[in-house]
Amino acid sequence: MKQLVNAFLAIVIVAFGLMYLGSWMNSNQGYTGKNTLTIYNWGDYVDPAMLKEFEKETGITVIYQTFDSNEAMLTKVEQGGTTFDVVIPSDYAISKMKEENLLIPLDHSKIPNLANIDSRFMNLPFDPDNLYSVPYFWGTVGIIFNPEMTKGIDFSSWDSLWDSRLKNNIFLVDGAREVMGMALNSLHYSVNDTNEEHLQQALSKLNKLSPNVKAIVGDEIKMLLANEEAAVGIVWSGDASEIMGDNDKLDYVVPKEGSNKWFDNMVIPRTAKNVEGAHKFINFMLRPDVAAKNTEYVGYSTPNAQALKLLPPDISEDTRFYPSSDITDHLEVYDNLGKKMLAHYNELFLMFKMNKK
Amino acid sequence: MNNKGRSFYLIPYYLWIALFVIAPVFLVIYYSLFDLDGHLTLDNYVNFFTPVYLKMTLTSFWYAFLITIFSLLVAYPAAYLLTRTKHKQLWLLLIILPTWINLLLKTYAFIGIFGTFGPINNLFDVLGIGEQQILFTGFSFVFVSVYIFIPFMILPIFSALEELNLSLLDAARDLGASGWTTFRRVVFPLTISGVRSGCMAVFIPALSLFMITRLIAGSRVITLGTAIEQHFLVTQDWGMGSTVAVFLIAIMALFMILWGGARKGVQR
Repeated sequence: MKQLVNAFLAIVIVAFGLMYLGSWMNSNQGYTGKNTLTIYNWGDYVDPAMLKEFEKETGITVIYQTFDSNEAMLTKVEQGGTTFDVVIPSDYAISKMKEENLLIPLDHSKIPNLANIDSRFMNLPFDPDNLYSVPYFWGTVGIIFNPEMTKGIDFSSWDSLWDSRLKNNIFLVDGAREVMGMALNSLHYSVNDTNEEHLQQALSKLNKLSPNVKAIVGDEIKMLLANEEAAVGIVWSGDASEIMGDNDKLDYVVPKEGSNKWFDNMVIPRTAKNVEGAHKFINFMLRPDVAAKNTEYVGYSTPNAQALKLLPPDISEDTRFYPSSDITDHLEVYDNLGKKMLAHYNELFLMFKMNKK
Repeated sequence: MNNKGRSFYLIPYYLWIALFVIAPVFLVIYYSLFDLDGHLTLDNYVNFFTPVYLKMTLTSFWYAFLITIFSLLVAYPAAYLLTRTKHKQLWLLLIILPTWINLLLKTYAFIGIFGTFGPINNLFDVLGIGEQQILFTGFSFVFVSVYIFIPFMILPIFSALEELNLSLLDAARDLGASGWTTFRRVVFPLTISGVRSGCMAVFIPALSLFMITRLIAGSRVITLGTAIEQHFLVTQDWGMGSTVAVFLIAIMALFMILWGGARKGVQR
């Protein structure tokens, strides 16, 4: 018993010691007081040097926290346990946050650099007039393939995936919207189609794809494709550029029938404490030189027209990641279909997954 | 006085059970009664009896059964040998050691091991069997799950075997029983309690596995656990997710009752 009490005391002492040490370290780094800005972003989705530069220019201390899915981010922002000043969710999550009244309208007069953004990427359906959000990066959904392994199959159409030569050679990303959207596109329907007949057609078309599908995976898809575990993958363009960075044999294409274009935007949640600093940060990230450096680090497509001019031509002229406007006009943003439809999409996707080869 | 003191010590235990066992179960049942619009309804339960979920339930059971059987087949001889070795504690430590490593990390390692260019396929190449698809099959799913669950099967069987009175074996041999008969009639019945708790410790978590289904089976195996994860995280259809969870709880409870009944039968 005595030993137990001693052990308990020891643990309490160590815990308090660590707590004190932690707060001491925080105060040493200037993490106390009002002059901080908490940013909530996807992992490895900003150039750390840019955060340093922002700190140097404004004297604001940046605390950077990360999430790995929009859903996880939503839950945490809704709870409000931690206050975030700038959050970077994707398009459909933004319309959800708007619905739930979780966002503060932006003061455009404090963000003059907004003018640098390509007008193609402003005023999008999930946030008309950009009242709440500013584009950070954007991209598409397409096919990544290994020309050495696919022997000349032309991937400019979604239908190429149904080619019998690709038996057991395709990785799909584990997302109901992406996979269903791909099937809908291949039938020349919209990625936001809610017509039951069209959805059923998409499902039966997907079921025919089963023999070609090797696996439906999450983030591992990047590693698996770079390791040439399969010849073809359906991925987001951002992931594609990362994969191609690891294995330059691969190539990426957005099929001609259309696809999804997605956006990750900066927003200020209602719980923000440093609204002033948040505006400063957004404006800073939109500065052409900053956006250009950040783009080079992250490797995704920047919506910043001025920054694009500063980037080397092998990035800015790569039409796989910076397609021309006649292609982007053709692509659709995912609408917030509502919980019911989303559940239905997921149920259809589940049926496809359970359809054995 | 003594009695009072004892019930005082039980308070934390009851609190724990109420807060972390009973309350969550009721919450899950409560949530399962609401649809996406927040209306009180039994639709979720009706929905469960559609082919999609029934098939999923069957798949879950089939794989949980396979995982349990294979774990037992490997664990029983291993536990038996363990009790006969010199450095028991060391061997035991070596078996427990992998459980210190994060489950996801171990799973990720298997992606590399089983991959097209992994060591297993290299070996197959050398042996002239040629490349096989191991990753993203039912086999790899069962293999990795068995690997993960094996310590939980070995430990209870090991302690049951440890308690076995060795003179009973001598007695059996003296009375002319062969090795196999001794095992079948003496050793196994006396260690059945260890086997039972081992099977419970494997079967029940195996029913609700989810990450491995995607990482190792490439979503080729869909279990009830996967469905719950998806409903809570992706569709945010908490009602349907809870309904699946309610069925899982009910099925597990049924199993435990059946197993308990079987034990009584043996004792009599």
